[in-house]
Amino acid sequence: MNLQIITPDKQVFAGEVVAVTFPGSEGQFQVLDNHAPLVSTLGLGSLVVEEAGAIKQSFSIDGGVVEVLNNNVLVLAESVVA
Amino acid sequence: MPSLKEVRNRITSVNSTQQITKAMKMVAAAKLRRAQDNITRMRPYAQKLSQMLATVSSGSEAGSQNPYKQERDVQRVLFVVITSDRGLCGGFNANVVKAANALLADKYAAQAAKNNVEIMSIGKKGAEAFTRRGFSVNTAHTDVFLSLSFDKVKAAGEEIMADFKAGKFDVVEVIYNEFKNVATQIVRAEQLLPMASDKTNTSKAVSAAANYSFEPSEEQIIDELIPKALKMQLYKAVLDSNASEHGARMTAMDKATENAQDLLKQLRLEYNRSRQAAITKEILEIVGGAEALAGK
Repeated sequence: MNLQIITPDKQVFAGEVVAVTFPGSEGQFQVLDNHAPLVSTLGLGSLVVEEAGAIKQSFSIDGGVVEVLNNNVLVLAESVVA
Repeated sequence: MPSLKEVRNRITSVNSTQQITKAMKMVAAAKLRRAQDNITRMRPYAQKLSQMLATVSSGSEAGSQNPYKQERDVQRVLFVVITSDRGLCGGFNANVVKAANALLADKYAAQAAKNNVEIMSIGKKGAEAFTRRGFSVNTAHTDVFLSLSFDKVKAAGEEIMADFKAGKFDVVEVIYNEFKNVATQIVRAEQLLPMASDKTNTSKAVSAAANYSFEPSEEQIIDELIPKALKMQLYKAVLDSNASEHGARMTAMDKATENAQDLLKQLRLEYNRSRQAAITKEILEIVGGAEALAGK
C-alpha cells in the first residue's frame, strides 16, 4: 500500500510500505494492506513504518489525522521528526 | 549651472545608490523564489486537509456546534494585520494599513469608537503604524518573519483561537497581501473567526463518507480538524504575504534602478556640457590673450 506523510512545510515520506503503526488517540493500531476505509485522529507518539524487507523507520509526531482509503494511507501532521 | 565638481559628486552618489537598489532587487528575487517554494510545499497539506474535512463533515451534521463557528454579538474585534518587517517595498505595507483602516471605518466603526478593537501585528511595519495611531497592539507574534516556519504561525494561531474561545474577541479578521504574481499583490481581508459554515460541495464526498469508519467519532475528528484548518488559513496568509513582500520589493527596486539610470543620463549630459563650456571658455581666454600680445 502507498503511504504519504505530509506536514505544512514538506512531504516527510512517500512510498510503498507493508505496515504502518499509528499512535491513535484511542490507542495504538496498525494498518496493513487492504485495510477498510478509516479516518482517525492521532495522538502524540511515534509512527512506525515498515517497508518491504522488514526495514523499519520511525517518526515522532505531535498528533494529526490519518485517512485510509483504497490502499492509500495519508497522514497529516503538524510537526514530524524523523 | 552647478560646478563640475558638484555634478561629479552627484554622479558618484547616484551611482552607488543604483548599485544598492540593484543588489536589493536581486536579493528580493532570490527570496521570492524561496517564498514561492514555501507556498508550493504547503499546498498539498492544505488541499488534503480541506478534502478530509469535507469528507468527514459531509456524513453528518457534526461540527456545526463547534466553538469556532459560534456567531456572537460583535463586541470586541481582533485584526490580524500581516505586513513586512522592512520597508522599501513600494506601497506594500501602506496598502495593508489602509485596507485595515477602511475595514475598521466601514464595518466596525461602533466597536472602534468604544476602543474595542485590538490589532495583532505579524510583521514590524504594521505594529509601528498602528501603535502610532494609538491602537492597542499585540506584538507577541510580530517577529514571525525573522525565521518563517509553521511552528511560529501555529503559536499565533493557537493564541487567537484560545482568545476567541474564551470570548475575548467575537470576530477575528485577517488583513494581508495575497500573492497574485510577481508584480501584483491584492490586499485581502478575510474573516478567520467565527469560521464560515462550509458551503463546500459536499455532495461529491457523501458517497465515499458512507463507508468510512471513524475513530474516535466524527465530531471529535472534526473538532481536531477545524483548528488545523484555521491554522492553515493563517499560515497561507502569512506565506502569501511573504511572497508578496518580496515581489513588491523587487518591483520597487527595479523601478528605483531604472530611475537612477535616467538620472545618471541627465547628470552625465549636464557634466559634459559644463565641461565643454569650461574648455571653450579657456580657449577663448588663450586666444584673446594671444591676440592681445600679437597686437603689441
